Amino acid sequence: MKKVFGRPESLTNVPFTYCPGCHHGIAHRLVAEVLDEFEVRENTIGVCPVGCSVFAYYFFNCDMICAAHGRAPAIATGIKRVKPDSIVFTYQGDGDLASIGTAEIVHAANRGENITVIFINNAIYGMTGGQMAPTTLVGQVTQTSPYGRDSKTMGYPIRMAEMLSTLKRATYISRVALNKPANIIKAKKSIKKAFQVQLDKKGFSLVEVLSTCPTNWGLSPIEASKWLEENMIPYYPLGEFRTPEEVA
Amino acid sequence: MAEEILMKGNEAIGEAAIRAGCRYYFGYPITPQSELTAYMAKKLLKMEDAAFVQAESELAAINMVYGAASTGARTMTSSSSPGISLKQEGISYIACSEVPCVIVNMQRGGPGLGSIQPAQGDYFQATKGGGHGDYHLIVLAPDSVQELVDLTMDAFDLADKYRNPAMILGDGLLGQMMEAVEFKEKPKVDLPDKSGWALTGCKGREHRYIVSFDLDPNVLEKWNIKIFEKYKKLKEKEVRYEAINIENADLVIVAYGTVARIAKTAIQEAKKEGLNVGLIRPITLFPFPEKIIAKTAEKVKKFLTVEMSMGQMVEDVKLAVNGKADVEFYGRTGGVIPSPVEILEEVKKYL
Repeated sequence: MKKVFGRPESLTNVPFTYCPGCHHGIAHRLVAEVLDEFEVRENTIGVCPVGCSVFAYYFFNCDMICAAHGRAPAIATGIKRVKPDSIVFTYQGDGDLASIGTAEIVHAANRGENITVIFINNAIYGMTGGQMAPTTLVGQVTQTSPYGRDSKTMGYPIRMAEMLSTLKRATYISRVALNKPANIIKAKKSIKKAFQVQLDKKGFSLVEVLSTCPTNWGLSPIEASKWLEENMIPYYPLGEFRTPEEVA
Repeated sequence: MAEEILMKGNEAIGEAAIRAGCRYYFGYPITPQSELTAYMAKKLLKMEDAAFVQAESELAAINMVYGAASTGARTMTSSSSPGISLKQEGISYIACSEVPCVIVNMQRGGPGLGSIQPAQGDYFQATKGGGHGDYHLIVLAPDSVQELVDLTMDAFDLADKYRNPAMILGDGLLGQMMEAVEFKEKPKVDLPDKSGWALTGCKGREHRYIVSFDLDPNVLEKWNIKIFEKYKKLKEKEVRYEAINIENADLVIVAYGTVARIAKTAIQEAKKEGLNVGLIRPITLFPFPEKIIAKTAEKVKKFLTVEMSMGQMVEDVKLAVNGKADVEFYGRTGGVIPSPVEILEEVKKYL
């Protein structure tokens, strides 16, 4: 019998700890499939963040290091500078990358570090129980915006992909979503392109992944995917913001 | 014999680090240690298989160190007091993960933004942990440009041997002054192989990870206990100090770094006046030379701790003396350097 589907080699057999309907599992799998397809698992060092995906080092079957909150791009810089022929990626959430680690991501991108960043944007802090993230939408209710995010005092959600695209040394920047199969297929292609940029030593690549957090949004998995489609995608348009062709 | 070269302290540390095999440096400019960062840029940017990165912040610099050192490479960062405070988060993670690296602190006056003159106000921070949680750094305190060189080289070996971050605790005076130095060939030391823990890609083995995290309190407690076993070994095997005239002294000064050097002049002047004063100069601040201080306290009944602080190391001296002798303190702070005359005046108060 021919095996047509299985776990990618780049994932361990440790069961995910994510909530039902959370998109982290899909994002992990897509990254792992790409590592398998490029046959780079044994030459890859991943950096996991602080947040729900802190335990990614249990799930990815490659060497991993766990960063302090927000510092993953700095750690990845250190690793890549010693091992320029290794594949180095960070996996970060929105609190991690767009709030406490803003300086690290901006400057890693600005230096054109030859690393790949997987940026999970679910518009909320998950692990700490649903506080406002820099990416929380205006009006969105969270524990720390109990009356809805008020743009007058809390600002507008930050569009990281667009912001980082203004940097000359950022080679590949895209935004994808995981709310339906068609978008997942596109997300996989984009993640693969990002790692291709790194393999070609063309510089910094980042894929912003719009994801759900049903638990902290207070929605069922299906409602959450719908909420993402109706609320997040209009504010966070999908697509490629920087491609290697533009940089060259 | 190697040739003597006239070098500024900060630059001498850089050269020593490179000669010790350090090819990766990550830093952020701050007075009075910026010459070290500049020296590493000048050298490493021209070398193969080496990297210098001027980081966007001290936090980024220490985390770049964490990443680079986690691959097993000899890695260094440096800063001065306020910058070292910013690095503490990363240092705590590195100590917990048992990743060896070298951190240089050329101390300046504090607290806050403080001053840019030499000080020793970071003793507590350096020797008691510094960041959150239970841990220690290996802390070496040079008192000359030559010792900056020798101890920087030793710091890399000690860090590797114990898989623990090591700190060179100097001050702005040592960093800024010029002295003749000799880069001696170091005898080869046997150091543990890093292939059992370094992140190199998992070809031919199981994947591994470097983390400073465990949600199971029992596991984390065991982890802490294991780390503290290293500190026990450090206390047994790596204590270093310089002792002068402690056998028959009527009073022993305890001082480290720049202050110890000034105290040596004060002791010579005291001798001219017929006063019998000795010196214990801790070279390792962690592990602290508590045994020699305790032993000396059996005979000598007066100790004077002199620091460029409001009194920090004096607490460790008191613990070591354990009530067996009087422990007095003289300190200047905020960037003020005590003179030999001032120290001598202080000595006379107790003799």
